[in-house]
Amino acid sequence: MALTQSDIDSELAHVRESYDKARAEGAPATDHPPRDFPPYRSSVLRHPKQPLVAVHGDPETVELHTPVFGHTDITAIDNDLTVQHQGEPLGERITVSGRLLDSRGRPVRGQLIELWQANASGRYAHLRDQHPAPLDPNFTGVGRTLTGDDGSYHFTTIKPGAYPWRNHENAWRPAHLHFSVFGAAFTQRLVTQMYFPGDPLFAYDPILQSVTDDSARQRLVAHYDHTLSRPEWSLGYRWDIVLDGPSATWIEEGR
Amino acid sequence: MSERLVPAQELAPAKGLASAEGLAPTEALAPTPSHTVGPFYGYALPFPGGGEMAPAGHPGAITLHGHVRDGEGAPVPDALVELWQAGPDGSLAGAGGSMRRDPVTGGFLGRNGVDFTGFGRVATDADGHWTARTLPPGGPAAPAAPYISVCVHARGLLHHLFTRVYFPENAEANAADPLLASLDPARRETLVATAASPPGTYRFDIRLQGEGETVFLEFR
Ligand SMILES: [Fe+3]
Repeated sequence: MALTQSDIDSELAHVRESYDKARAEGAPATDHPPRDFPPYRSSVLRHPKQPLVAVHGDPETVELHTPVFGHTDITAIDNDLTVQHQGEPLGERITVSGRLLDSRGRPVRGQLIELWQANASGRYAHLRDQHPAPLDPNFTGVGRTLTGDDGSYHFTTIKPGAYPWRNHENAWRPAHLHFSVFGAAFTQRLVTQMYFPGDPLFAYDPILQSVTDDSARQRLVAHYDHTLSRPEWSLGYRWDIVLDGPSATWIEEGR
Repeated sequence: MSERLVPAQELAPAKGLASAEGLAPTEALAPTPSHTVGPFYGYALPFPGGGEMAPAGHPGAITLHGHVRDGEGAPVPDALVELWQAGPDGSLAGAGGSMRRDPVTGGFLGRNGVDFTGFGRVATDADGHWTARTLPPGGPAAPAAPYISVCVHARGLLHHLFTRVYFPENAEANAADPLLASLDPARRETLVATAASPPGTYRFDIRLQGEGETVFLEFR
């Protein structure tokens, strides 16, 4: 029998109860989702069952350095997803800005941020996306940029639509932008998703709800920022990204 | 079911976030949580020549390849494998231009064919198979043995996984390596590539779960 939303809801409620109970008993808050998260069915056979092996931060390890991305890796308009084709993509034009910071609040400079997303109808320009919503010939949904000296980044794009997926019956992903980020160390690698405030689908989505801690989950939701909206042009959203990292990266100067 | 997202709390400059100087050493900003790469990163992340880390025709180039498999041994056809390593001389400087763009068309040019960048990115194919051509890593300082650092992303992985590829030729260095030495011998083998033919070809399978599960790492 197909899984229903109420099956997923009760699994999510159970996970949340266990988390709240553990917290009440003094367990620390968790920032990242568990790799084993049964309500997200694809995680069931794809998470290691053995504990991760800890490597303590020796600054000589490769992972405490980072791949080099330079200005030849991007072109000036790579951060504008609305100008990659002959015409303008359909949808609500948005500008998304924020800063890339390390856990000490220092800007992470000159690093690569990659973004990808569905179009305004909730369809990816991807052969494997069979959702019967229209493709937009003027939208591929891919952008990239390098962070500035203050860690800032800016993208111009359109607001993506929600889309269905096959995790369970009537599963819909809230609108989101996918982000891939490099930090000042390979260990700071982050792939994540940004959501839009007030989306009614939040509560039903096992991917967002895999982040059980309320304040951690809130950090995945951008803020609407009227000062970033441009007259007669776009609605502005602010979303800062904070990278985790082993303590050994803290002794290095911010780059 | 009620949504439990609490109202937005602005990360105001007063709390230190906007300060370019950073926070006092005792304070820490909570990190942005990880999420899965999902199945549809295909136009965004892979790039032409992403597995061609060695300069074209380099006589010392090696081929590293393998399968990514799940807990039932089934191939994972939508994984993305990232490789990051020192050059043969132990240098960690890398080189820019890993995914060069054409300034006229905005399209990917990919590798320039000459520089060793130390960074590779390959998506698995329908059989869960990936291949990279690179140079043998050098460094780090003894007692650590040379290795290639690997980051695995996939649909179903809410948080990426780190592992390392060590090489069978370095048996002596591997035996002295603190990480390898700390592992149960059966699990240790999952981090050492297997020499295959023709010479210079190495196999490194990544088993996400179950029998022969790869050793995955966390950094503290
Ligand atoms: Fe998506």
